[in-house]
Amino acid sequence: MTFNRRQIMTGAAGLIGTAALGGITMPRRAFAQNAIPTYTPEAGATLRLLRWVPFVKAEEEAWNANTRAFTEATGVEVRIDQESWEDVRPKAAVAANIGSGPDLVMGWFDDVHQYPDKLVDVTELGTALGEAHGGWYPGLEGYARRDDSFIALPLCAIGNAICYRASQVEAAGFSEFPNDTAGFLELCTALQANGTPAGFPHGKAVGDGNNYAHWLLWSHGGRMVDESGAVAINSPETLAAIEYARALYATFIPGTESWLDINNNRAFLAGQCSLVANGVSLYYAARNDPAMQEIADDIRTTTLPVGPVGESVELHQTSTLAIFNHTPYPEAAKAYLAFMYEADNMNAWIEGASAYCCQPLRAYESNPVWTSSPIHEPYSKASASLRPNGWPGPLGYASAAVMADYVLVDMFAEAVTGQRTPEDAIANAERRINRYYRV
Amino acid sequence: MSTTLEGGKIAVSRPRTSMLTRLSESRNGLGLLFMLPAAAFLLCFLTYPLGLGVWLGFTDTSTGRPGVFIGLENYVWLWNDNVFWLSVFNTLLYTFVATVLKFVLGLWLALVLNQHLRFKNFFRAIILLPWVVPTVLSALAFWWIFDSQFSIISFVLMDWGLIERPINFLGDPNLARASVIAANVWRGIPFVAICLLAGLQTIPQSLHEAAALDGAKSWQRFRYVTLPLLTPIIAVVMTFSVLFTFTDFQLIYVLTRGGPVNATHLMATLSFQRAIPGGQLGEGAAIAVAMIPFLLGAILFSFFGLQRRKWQQGGAD
Repeated sequence: MTFNRRQIMTGAAGLIGTAALGGITMPRRAFAQNAIPTYTPEAGATLRLLRWVPFVKAEEEAWNANTRAFTEATGVEVRIDQESWEDVRPKAAVAANIGSGPDLVMGWFDDVHQYPDKLVDVTELGTALGEAHGGWYPGLEGYARRDDSFIALPLCAIGNAICYRASQVEAAGFSEFPNDTAGFLELCTALQANGTPAGFPHGKAVGDGNNYAHWLLWSHGGRMVDESGAVAINSPETLAAIEYARALYATFIPGTESWLDINNNRAFLAGQCSLVANGVSLYYAARNDPAMQEIADDIRTTTLPVGPVGESVELHQTSTLAIFNHTPYPEAAKAYLAFMYEADNMNAWIEGASAYCCQPLRAYESNPVWTSSPIHEPYSKASASLRPNGWPGPLGYASAAVMADYVLVDMFAEAVTGQRTPEDAIANAERRINRYYRV
Repeated sequence: MSTTLEGGKIAVSRPRTSMLTRLSESRNGLGLLFMLPAAAFLLCFLTYPLGLGVWLGFTDTSTGRPGVFIGLENYVWLWNDNVFWLSVFNTLLYTFVATVLKFVLGLWLALVLNQHLRFKNFFRAIILLPWVVPTVLSALAFWWIFDSQFSIISFVLMDWGLIERPINFLGDPNLARASVIAANVWRGIPFVAICLLAGLQTIPQSLHEAAALDGAKSWQRFRYVTLPLLTPIIAVVMTFSVLFTFTDFQLIYVLTRGGPVNATHLMATLSFQRAIPGGQLGEGAAIAVAMIPFLLGAILFSFFGLQRRKWQQGGAD
């Protein structure tokens, strides 16, 4: 049985009515959380959460408001420590391994798979939440599961989507945005011919560069490793992906080899570039600047085109919530998580993130944030199109290290800039991936 | 002190003194005592981390996970890793070109500042600005200067009609190398210039006057008076300059993160990339350890080479 926010509200209203009429007393919790286990915090429990620095202020406010409500309801104080997002990974790894520090961590990607035995099993909660809220998205669930158990709870996908200038795409002769890779190449070629080129980063852009490289590879059916973790990058599909990347690169604005994460935003907002892929933050950067209303009105968003694999597949950025088993208060920590995933609280948080964070559970697809602006719509599909890093291989040190070492980003960059032939670029990537997956 | 004969043996008795008292009365002992804090400091904060780093290079330690000894495996992998060799090449090129430029320009600047200029002190003060600005800030400024779309250099040249499209400063491998070197040189010149200026001011004016009386021309005075007397300080300054340049990190990290396609990856940035975001502490440590021989070489060269009296006096061995 699934509930969304509206259904719960209606249900609760009905219940209040019934209760008023018939004098029945029934705890609200029992309705909203019929299958969710309840956890009683240990006496005197306090918690410390290590999280990434929020990108959206309203997201932080919603998270903190939920946390305050939890403290009021249970008496458990929660301290929230914020770390810049690249520092969360090493700090959490050290905390896990020395057995001290924060009780919970809001981490990235495959972090939790680097220390699965240092985490509290949350299978009971994870399974119950999945059943109660329409199920987890498989891609996100993959990040939080190890074999049959949940070692963390998926929190969100930070959606990535194409942002383009409607007027310039139209001027290039496209009344509708092409949704396949072949049509997309034609569009980019036409955009370049019009002097309004597209741009995707081939530099060391941690987020955008990896998103683009993984989309190129996966949309053409390539894979880094197979299910067992054996390296499988050297394939005709990878070669096709590289050939496609080369053709696309030829249409880009010059200089994308050096682009870091911020460059596409800059070029787009300055009107130099008509089409990039980014989080919804790009739109809000324009919308919140009075001088950029013209650009903001012209922005449209859409999902990245579907390649020969026939489905929308992307990396996106992913976050999970995990409890360290060194915490003296595991029950309080589970109660905190259960509270944050309660429909009202989760809905308020997703709404606060204004399309930056995409829900982990299908029931929240109906969150009003996704329909509040057409710009948000493609970002609502992030969790559905998401594939775990290193798909379909096992998650862990190797998958994390390959991404951190920019192996795929480099492979495409080497080939598109002509520094290596596509075959050599693949061979080089194969050698580097082998190194990490050797164990 | 008294000597008594007891049962045919001579026993010597002396006033009982504590170990500490004896230590404090001995010249060497006292010296040892005074050195202890410094030694403890060096052991804790230099020797131990260095030793740990070397040890980590022989293990497969990851962030937070203790590794096992794997011998030379990290080094064997690096030996066969073309990204590593590219970073070695980049580091040597970066260090060599940037240091030579910093030396030439720094010396020239020092000689100019050593003349009797108006507002001499003012110029000497502002010359230090690039050095005192935090590296990350100046790197951010250079990031804009070298931006692929918004470079002021490209903008001006395009405005003058000299070029048609922006220069791909950080996107083309060789241009990217030149750009990061230029940023490093800009930042490093003041250090060299001010140190050499200090050296120049220790050279007695009378020597120049004597040489001038003997008919030495300006170039000859520089070659046979200034340069030999300046060599010891050049040795020290250039040693530091080489060390700073060789271990540079911030500029590259802000400007390119080692891109495009690793064309500007230095050993320091590669070590960081693999050790901290990548979690492969063992391999990162191995890269850092691989820097030591180069650094030692640079230090030995300047200390045993540049400081040789014969070299300083313009002779050969």
